[in-house]
Amino acid sequence: MEAHDILRMENISKEYFGTRVLKNVHLSVRPGEIHALMGENGAGKSTLMNILFGMPVIHNTGGFEGKIEISGQSVTIDSPNKAMDFGIGMVHQEFMLIPGFTITENIKVGREISYPTVVSRIFGRQLETLDHKQMAKDARKALSDIGLSIEEYVKVAGLPIGYMQFIEIAREIDKAGIRLMVFDEPTAVLTESEADRLLEIMRLIASKGIAIIFITHRLDEVMAVADRVTVLRDGEFVATKETKDTNVVELAKLMIGRKVEKLVEDTADTRILSDDDIALSLRDFEVDMAGEAVKGIDLDVRHGEIFGIGGLAGQGKIGIPNGIMGLYPARGTAAAFGQPLLLDKLGNALSNHIACVSEDRRGVGLLLGESIEHNIVFSAIQIRNDFVTKIGPVRLYDQPAARKHTQKMIELLDIRCTGPSQLASALSGGNQQKVCLARALTMQPKILIVSEPTRGIDIGAKKLVLEHLVKLNREQGMTIIMVSSELVELRSLCDRIAIISDGKLNRIMKPDDSDADFGLAMAGVRKAVTEDA
Amino acid sequence: MREKIKYAYEQLGLPRLIIISFFLFLLISAIPLQLSIANLLGNAIRRWGMYGVLVLAMVPAVQCGIGLNFGISLGIVAGLLSATITIEMGIANPWISILVAILIGAALSSVIGVGYGALLNRVKGSEMTVSTYVGFSVIALMNIVWLSVPFKNGELIWPIGGQGMRNTINLASSFGGVLNDFLSFTIGDPANGLFVPTGLLLFFLFMCTVVWLFMRSKTGVAMSAAGANPMFARASGVNVNRMRILGTTVSTVLAAIGILTYTQSYGFLQLYNAPLMMGFHCVAAVLIGGASVSRAKISHVIIGTFLFQGILAVALPVINSVMPESNLPDVIRIIISNGIILYALSKTKEGKGNV
Repeated sequence: MEAHDILRMENISKEYFGTRVLKNVHLSVRPGEIHALMGENGAGKSTLMNILFGMPVIHNTGGFEGKIEISGQSVTIDSPNKAMDFGIGMVHQEFMLIPGFTITENIKVGREISYPTVVSRIFGRQLETLDHKQMAKDARKALSDIGLSIEEYVKVAGLPIGYMQFIEIAREIDKAGIRLMVFDEPTAVLTESEADRLLEIMRLIASKGIAIIFITHRLDEVMAVADRVTVLRDGEFVATKETKDTNVVELAKLMIGRKVEKLVEDTADTRILSDDDIALSLRDFEVDMAGEAVKGIDLDVRHGEIFGIGGLAGQGKIGIPNGIMGLYPARGTAAAFGQPLLLDKLGNALSNHIACVSEDRRGVGLLLGESIEHNIVFSAIQIRNDFVTKIGPVRLYDQPAARKHTQKMIELLDIRCTGPSQLASALSGGNQQKVCLARALTMQPKILIVSEPTRGIDIGAKKLVLEHLVKLNREQGMTIIMVSSELVELRSLCDRIAIISDGKLNRIMKPDDSDADFGLAMAGVRKAVTEDA
Repeated sequence: MREKIKYAYEQLGLPRLIIISFFLFLLISAIPLQLSIANLLGNAIRRWGMYGVLVLAMVPAVQCGIGLNFGISLGIVAGLLSATITIEMGIANPWISILVAILIGAALSSVIGVGYGALLNRVKGSEMTVSTYVGFSVIALMNIVWLSVPFKNGELIWPIGGQGMRNTINLASSFGGVLNDFLSFTIGDPANGLFVPTGLLLFFLFMCTVVWLFMRSKTGVAMSAAGANPMFARASGVNVNRMRILGTTVSTVLAAIGILTYTQSYGFLQLYNAPLMMGFHCVAAVLIGGASVSRAKISHVIIGTFLFQGILAVALPVINSVMPESNLPDVIRIIISNGIILYALSKTKEGKGNV
């Protein structure tokens, strides 16, 4: 690390409530350099940036360890304002622009140029008159600096998304003394041509001596613009490399690189999987789910298989179960055991013996204010008319039967609770997840979809849930589709893993495929590239 | 023991504890004022049964997710209309009379309820504001109707002019007091003792049982889930909007039946602006009982109605004898009912129920 680094973050460690999310991370950035910061979801990129910006979330949770140097000076950054004073700017992923304001006003908001008047001399600075001419001139200059020819007096509302991104950049550039800019996944919402344009602008900015930290998942972009790249994995520093000395495959390997741990014991596998015996098939499957849109997927899941669906957050893997279950508008065809599902009919998938454990446990998965018992039997009452006694035209809740079943489930899944009537909200995350699983199992499904089954639950519960899934698969021949961000989990359980990127199926992989292949698939690089590399 | 007290306190909550203490305080202060406790209690019990079914209308509304139904005026005017239709028909037998009134009222209010429910589905997130104004508007609208309905029965219309209905209509010749007097008895002194309107209380409890069974049916369970967590209900194949319409409709029908129970006990029909604030009293009662904008149980109705109406029944004579010629009791009633509504609304979370 040379002395003229503009930013040096050394031995940065951070703990959130006893969980270490960053361990001795280093990052150094030279002036005028585009420095890519890579890692999977949860690798610690955001935490590192939050530390750099002195975000309150860091200081409210006990601060961090390590030191930050800016231009060789050791500094403490304890508020975003301070970060700004040091010349650090950020281009946000979601645009922080005011639609009804002009571009100039958006660029200058909070830093208006004004001159005093009679009124302001009496009542203070708040009443000074704005110097529109000077502001427009500044805005013009900032826009020209990034090669944008759009008029500065246009209102932001109605501009294409790409332009909004550029205006954000212009606003940062306009700040006096800006030395370092952070781009947080700037290309995620842009079209391909807009993304290319953005990369050009980044080069332009860097050529003016401003350093850029570029956070992205896209390997090809890193290779295209970055000078150096730092890879984080599970909160640990993996490597910093010169882009010219590395390649996509190596980066992918660095991002994923870990041995496959066996999360569950091997069990006797007597299953016969056949391509002719399809449990669930999707054709041209599209789902309109904000942030997790699925844009046309063809998939066949074999009967009796544990099928994994992986990919980075926001790429569309979560949309698949939600579309199948009819929770979000879906198009295309989906069929269970040859029987087409009516995607626009709520509950149709359930009637066709597909049950789903939602990724949003507290939002979708549970009635928090109701008892465990209610939570477990609810779907079965509604869809299968279980646990009800029919008196004339009325179906009344059959509490004894429900209670008995709940007891059974509590024992089977080892749900730690005071009894069936305890409220779901009083349970720990792991036990809540077991309740969700119990409800799905009460439906006696032939196909069980579990979405993020281990999110936010402790290691013991995790193991139990995963083991139970394997058991259901091996003993009852249940077809299981597991959607997860945890690649380790997918690779230790699944027979095949589909990697979804940008709403489309990238590849179907085997669990023992190489780390690099997984990394490439997750980063959205198609197979063709691997063969070239 | 201490655990038990603590548990009971937690179950009851501070607001209820204050209200109960206030009720007991009023009752005790009646003794030195030489008011008849039996009379006061009898009054409280009568009002309990009188308002019970109206307050019960809050349960399906809250459970299905539309929140506190300030718009039960819709059901109330349907009930009032059915009562006038019944009187116009001139049915002599009080039992048949009230039965016909209930049937017509239920039919009218269920049609209105479906439309009202559909309206509330379009304004998710601000149901309570909308329902308040729907409740006010319908009263104004019905004022025109009361004036222009071509009824001919002399009991209904103004004696002079022959057009438009009276403000207050005597029910003595139709179903006035029919439930109150059924199996009723007086404890102690017949003139000044504790009058128990057995029929009224039985009917109230019967309606409670019906609603309780409904809430435990497959549909009722689905409805509660749709109110508590719409996404959860959808994930189990429940049509949330349909459940909300159902809950609103049941609530409106209960309001219609509720006003009929009320009027038969009161002995008079009150038209025009009389039911304007009735929704607020019912909301206040169920909230005093322990309900919130998102959860209401039958027990909340039973306890809440008794406390709210009990305070009014006892406070009126007590304060009157302390400060004659004042309208303090009414002021206290307004403070209690609006205060408790304010308290409950301040605990609301906005935007729930949006799918």
